Amino acid sequence: MVQPRAERLMNLHILLLGAKRFIGKDAIREACYPEHARGPAGDEAFERAFERDKDALRQIGAVIEVGSADAFFDDEIGYRIPTEQTSLPEIRFESDEAAVLGLAAQVWQQATLAKATGRALAKLKGQGVEIDPSRLEVVAPAITADEPAFEPLWDAIGKRRQVSFPYQRADETAPTTRRVQPWGLARSSGRWYVVGFDVDRGAERVFRLSRIVGTVRASGKSGAYDVPPGTDVREVARRLSPSYPSVRAEVRVRQGTGVGLRRRAESLTPIADRPGWDAVVVQGPVHELADEVLTYGADVVVVAPQSLRDDVIARLRAVAGSGEAS
Amino acid sequence: MTTQAGDTAPDQVARLLALVPYLLARGEVRLEDAAAHFGTDADQIERDLRLLFMTGVSPGLPGDLIEVDLEALEGDRIIRVDNADYLARPVRFSPAEATSLVVALRTMVEAAPEEARDVIERTLTKLESAAGQDGEGLLRLHVDPTALESSAVVPVLQAAIAHGHQAEITYYVPSRDEESRRVVDPRGLARVEDLLYLDAWCHTAQGDRAFRVDRILAATELDTPVADPGARARDLTGGWFTDSETRTVTLRLAPPARWVIEYYQVTAQRPGPDDTIDVDLEVASEQWVRSLLFRLAPHATLLAPDDYAASFTSAARATLRLYEDGGVDSL
Repeated sequence: MVQPRAERLMNLHILLLGAKRFIGKDAIREACYPEHARGPAGDEAFERAFERDKDALRQIGAVIEVGSADAFFDDEIGYRIPTEQTSLPEIRFESDEAAVLGLAAQVWQQATLAKATGRALAKLKGQGVEIDPSRLEVVAPAITADEPAFEPLWDAIGKRRQVSFPYQRADETAPTTRRVQPWGLARSSGRWYVVGFDVDRGAERVFRLSRIVGTVRASGKSGAYDVPPGTDVREVARRLSPSYPSVRAEVRVRQGTGVGLRRRAESLTPIADRPGWDAVVVQGPVHELADEVLTYGADVVVVAPQSLRDDVIARLRAVAGSGEAS
Repeated sequence: MTTQAGDTAPDQVARLLALVPYLLARGEVRLEDAAAHFGTDADQIERDLRLLFMTGVSPGLPGDLIEVDLEALEGDRIIRVDNADYLARPVRFSPAEATSLVVALRTMVEAAPEEARDVIERTLTKLESAAGQDGEGLLRLHVDPTALESSAVVPVLQAAIAHGHQAEITYYVPSRDEESRRVVDPRGLARVEDLLYLDAWCHTAQGDRAFRVDRILAATELDTPVADPGARARDLTGGWFTDSETRTVTLRLAPPARWVIEYYQVTAQRPGPDDTIDVDLEVASEQWVRSLLFRLAPHATLLAPDDYAASFTSAARATLRLYEDGGVDSL
């Protein structure tokens, strides 16, 4: 009788868990894989199934150690799951903290991350943590990841496998294939970016997921590379993104207008000697601030910094036409 | 957790390895209580327990199998599990699990009101230390939630839609640069490109309207049921701008202004000279066109209609005068 895979995974986990010695592959095969008969075809089927199962147990959180199964000859590979490393440390949560955990379950709108969060919470529930999100008056953010590239990239990041994908840059007419060792994912301004090492260019690069226009293919072995220690994906994404540093700007806004600027103002004060105008301080990347200020036309004037003021004036001159010499 | 579609063998094993420690710590648990604790249904727990019944230290040797008291389970719906002490502790978080939970909480911290930050940070610290030292057990994932993603408005609108209730919203209209309060019959939320829209009947305007959710500053669910509960949400990806009175506007876009084609409902486009693209847009407000032209300056030219072009040029000159007079005119 063929046993269901879930049953085999349970048995494999239990067999290796807490084993004092490394358990040889043969013994594992005998105990958990009786359906694969000896012989080339059965050997291959066993190897495949065993690899897949080890991978599945690791995804669940098990730490599988590999070592020599024989005290005198090191040619037989064995496996074990050390109890201490594989067990969740005991964590105690206050009841309001447990409520926060419940809200965390609502954040991910992306299936894989939602499932992973659910699994993590189930483990805490296994420790007896009582989770009741209704106790807390906080709204959890809802984070989506609709780009088809998200899932395969996230999987490759977890396994440290190299990927390739067709990438369409805004300033190029046709997509090019990029080969990347992905380090991590960052979301900024509602967009997902993958950060990694571009194998062909020999340098770190950032790619916008919405510009990946085809299938993301992983190739080669798991654990094929290491992420440089201390890598901060947000920092890399910001550094390599074609945007400019954030500045603090002082603008004058006509009263009763500029609601968008007023809503995120750091400060807002009426100007004594200019009735009808307010001094507003806002922060943002230079080029975005220029766009925003211009949108309001004659209701907003830049005071500082000078670079922003110059940029706005130059753009206004360009559209004001030749008769502007007043 | 609710049962997810596509329940796989690893999913079931993960559930069991969390369920067993809970059962062992209590000795005896009512099936319904266990289901409630894990946020699932009793059937699933029962199915999982039947799998557990088949497993043990040495498969094929009955004495060592994990014991599940099936009689108590089927009769009194009580769970008793024995001979499974080696499964007394849940498995540690995998990197993906730890990351998804930790990053969810980090996202909450940034979006939370001041008074709720402390409790979220306390929870976060405990989880981060469980994940491993210095984040070594975490994958690299970072999220800066947008204002919309952490919006308090979306859950209110969702609840109103689910209950068939009216909602009162405060809406910001950038083309008029003003806030207005409206009572609406919300029908649905729809994502178009990067933006989320609320489709609703607006009682204030007496017409169908699509509201950009990022411009809804506040929303309250009312007790009043919607006027027409059968109304279905419209397909907002279609040309819903055509509902109102519009004019056709033609813009010539240089490469830096091309994003307009992706962002707005362009009805026609033709190649123009020098790498430009000419596009037609249906617009409901001259003010809106003027704001767009200012934002795109100097990468867009208005080709038609002539009266819009003339009024934009004079608006640009008026704005420029504010700078050339050495500051702000006091009007």
